[in-house]
Amino acid sequence: MADALLEIEDLTKRFGGVIASDRISLVLERGELHAIIGPNGAGKTTLIGQLTGEIAPDAGGVRFDGRDITALPVYRRSAIGLARSFQITSLFLDFTALDNVALAVQAHAGHSFRFWRSARRDAELCEPARAALTNVGLGERAGMLAADLSHGERRQLEIAMALATKPRMLLLDEPMAGMGPEESVRLIEILRRLKGGVTILLIEHDMDAVFALADRISVLVYGRIIASGDPAAIRADPVVRKAYLGEGDGGARG
Amino acid sequence: MLYFIEQLLNGIQLGMLLFLLAAGLTLIFGIMDLVNLAHGSLYMIGAYFAATFAEWTDSFVLGAILALLATLVVGMVLEVIAIRRLYGRDHLDHVLATFGLLLFFDEFVRLIWGPAGLTLSLPSEMLNAVQILPGLYYPVYRLVIIGVTLAVGGLLYLLVMRTRLGMLIRAGASNREMVGALGINIKLLYTLVFGLGAVLAGFAGLMQAPILTVQIGMGENILIAAFVVVTIGGIGSIRGAFVAAMLVGIVDTIGRAFVPDLLHAYLSESASSSLGRSLSSMLIYLLMALVLIVRPEGLFPAASR
Amino acid sequence: MSYSLTPRLAVNIVLLLILGLLPVYAALTGDTFVMTLFTRVLILAMAALSLNLIMGFGGMVSFGHAAYLGIGGYAVGILSKEGIDSGFVQWPVAIAASALFALVVGALSLRTRGVYFIMITLAFAQMIYYVAIGLDRYGGDDGLTIYKRSQFGGVVDLNNKTFFYYLCLALLLAGIYAVWRIVNSRFGLVIQGARSNERRMRAIGFPTFRYKLVCFVVAGAMCGLAGVLLANQTNYISPAMMEWTRSGDLIVMAVLGGMRAAFGPLIGAMTFLLLEDWLSRATDYPNLIIGPLLLIVAIYVNGGIDGLLGRARRG
Repeated sequence: MADALLEIEDLTKRFGGVIASDRISLVLERGELHAIIGPNGAGKTTLIGQLTGEIAPDAGGVRFDGRDITALPVYRRSAIGLARSFQITSLFLDFTALDNVALAVQAHAGHSFRFWRSARRDAELCEPARAALTNVGLGERAGMLAADLSHGERRQLEIAMALATKPRMLLLDEPMAGMGPEESVRLIEILRRLKGGVTILLIEHDMDAVFALADRISVLVYGRIIASGDPAAIRADPVVRKAYLGEGDGGARG
Repeated sequence: MLYFIEQLLNGIQLGMLLFLLAAGLTLIFGIMDLVNLAHGSLYMIGAYFAATFAEWTDSFVLGAILALLATLVVGMVLEVIAIRRLYGRDHLDHVLATFGLLLFFDEFVRLIWGPAGLTLSLPSEMLNAVQILPGLYYPVYRLVIIGVTLAVGGLLYLLVMRTRLGMLIRAGASNREMVGALGINIKLLYTLVFGLGAVLAGFAGLMQAPILTVQIGMGENILIAAFVVVTIGGIGSIRGAFVAAMLVGIVDTIGRAFVPDLLHAYLSESASSSLGRSLSSMLIYLLMALVLIVRPEGLFPAASR
Repeated sequence: MSYSLTPRLAVNIVLLLILGLLPVYAALTGDTFVMTLFTRVLILAMAALSLNLIMGFGGMVSFGHAAYLGIGGYAVGILSKEGIDSGFVQWPVAIAASALFALVVGALSLRTRGVYFIMITLAFAQMIYYVAIGLDRYGGDDGLTIYKRSQFGGVVDLNNKTFFYYLCLALLLAGIYAVWRIVNSRFGLVIQGARSNERRMRAIGFPTFRYKLVCFVVAGAMCGLAGVLLANQTNYISPAMMEWTRSGDLIVMAVLGGMRAAFGPLIGAMTFLLLEDWLSRATDYPNLIIGPLLLIVAIYVNGGIDGLLGRARRG
């Protein structure tokens, strides 16, 4: 019996007359890498928003490890093990790469009402931060300002920050967007190494990455999941081909 | 009861002046995302120009027209020389820069016109009061203020809703980047909007000059009230500015008129008068705090950020 | 911390020397005015320092910070008028009152952002300003003279100008050190992170509101202390202490000196007040110069004077 970590049930969201999420139901098993693909405007951002708590659904719910988190505030989701990366990189640009990750570690190191000791010299924060940076291949760049990192490196930093919180589940929102071929390959490798240790929900346009990494794929069109299954099945599914894969290019890279 | 109606009318009249100021402010906030502390200075300049030109030409109306033109020029020159370098910057930079302008204008006016202030006399036809209700006489000029401002408000509405320029303004208020992407001459649009705001402010200044004041620092006093109006109404919304201006004008005037008396029922004469004065000065801020608690973006926020 | 002699470090050292030796200079030349002026600089530098904590590091642009100068000062003035001279009572009350006001204002204002936050802090300061004007018993619009400075049971005498100067200097330096430690602590990093990217902070798990509120209260309390010192120095309190233009002055001082530098507020306060003093003696119309100067600084100088000395150390 599969071990469900994330259960999305009948999630519905309307904006005015537009249905952004139309009774979405999905189950993510522990340890799997589940990709969600779909054309632009399919409602992927709205879905992520409801999973992170930034958007409140009109109907339906989300359960994480058996617990109903539908109404849980944003800042509490990280504490229960649900971490995300942002589609448009959202880093602390005037901090160093190490500072960025250290902040993520700090968020999970109890309360921060400590006013006197220097946080930057605190091993409890720096060690795990360096480890996470090394894990994504940014070990050398620890002292650089986030603003000075290349696009691909910022993406890596994003993921390092998400990892630093030792999450049980990672929500990755188009991590490949805007990356050149070399950087993409590197990122795919990083994600491949992470698989199994942490459950991943991957929203992506980059078909190479999706088919290289995903255990299962769900296809989101106009707010509805029209197909869900393993990569081979999805590739062969006529409904999917018609709605998405068959239209124009199959390798839309963000 | 008659006293109440009189105060209500005074409140509406104050609201009208606030609307003129707030409309300009909210447009400038909404479209250029600029915090402009020097808006009150344009109000002051309008009044000073009007008083001076009216004296030179011996005509209130001619003086007013010249003052409006002069204020428009000052506003647009200011935008080109200084204001436009602030777009896109931190609000803090705006605060600092326009605070500097405010100090400069106060000092400049003191240099040219002296510290004493000026007077602007009403045209003789407006010196009377008319009977608007049995037993209630109300000054003609104050009615003129209400009427003229409503007309200006109507023109503004037409401009914003029915013209191409207005369409650009509305689009800019809700999505700045889009307007730029459409290839419109943004620089010119911004200069025009700033100039429009300046004229509205100057107009308010000269309209109130005969009955209230023409002196240094007059801008600061009303500016804060105008900020309160913009905050309550919602940034970028002219409709919001109108509704909020009415609210604020009426609450402030009625409050000042009646709160001390209300307190007098419970407190001594001196306590109720001093506490009453304090309390009624605070009313519009309490109103703003209340609105922001319930609706943090104001009543009719136009801008989407 | 690096130990190389950067321009900024050199300036700071020279500054400390000047400030430390000032009373000696005053005693030798008999120029008491310069003591008065510099005491005022030190006091307002503390106020600017407290503003810098929330504004420079926290990104919370408060246009109502002068309110705390007023609350601190009025606490001393009111207690003094009611016969309570003891500094042991006055000072804690003043600081507590300031902290309380900051708590209320912060709880309401920190729900808003950007321009709305600036406006609502301004409005709250205006409210307390009007309350002060309405306090007829304590001078109303005209203000109130304080006949006796805070008494500390003969242990110290605040009437001694030199002693009072060094007290202000010591408190300011203690404040600068405290702010420096706070800003680099875990708490400080949360505040700075919230300034840099609040959405991300919440996403990684920080309930930013409560941290910002605590920061706001700490800043209010510190400014309240500055208000206490101000009332003592001038022997006078009036609503003008908390006029919004005074809040504007504080913002100018904080920005002028460089917003994320330890000595920034001191440099800013000194520059602003000395400039203001010199210009008002040189001309009848000092703001004709100060005004455009502020404009130029705002447009062209990123990082204030401290930015001119070399980019401020990040964070």
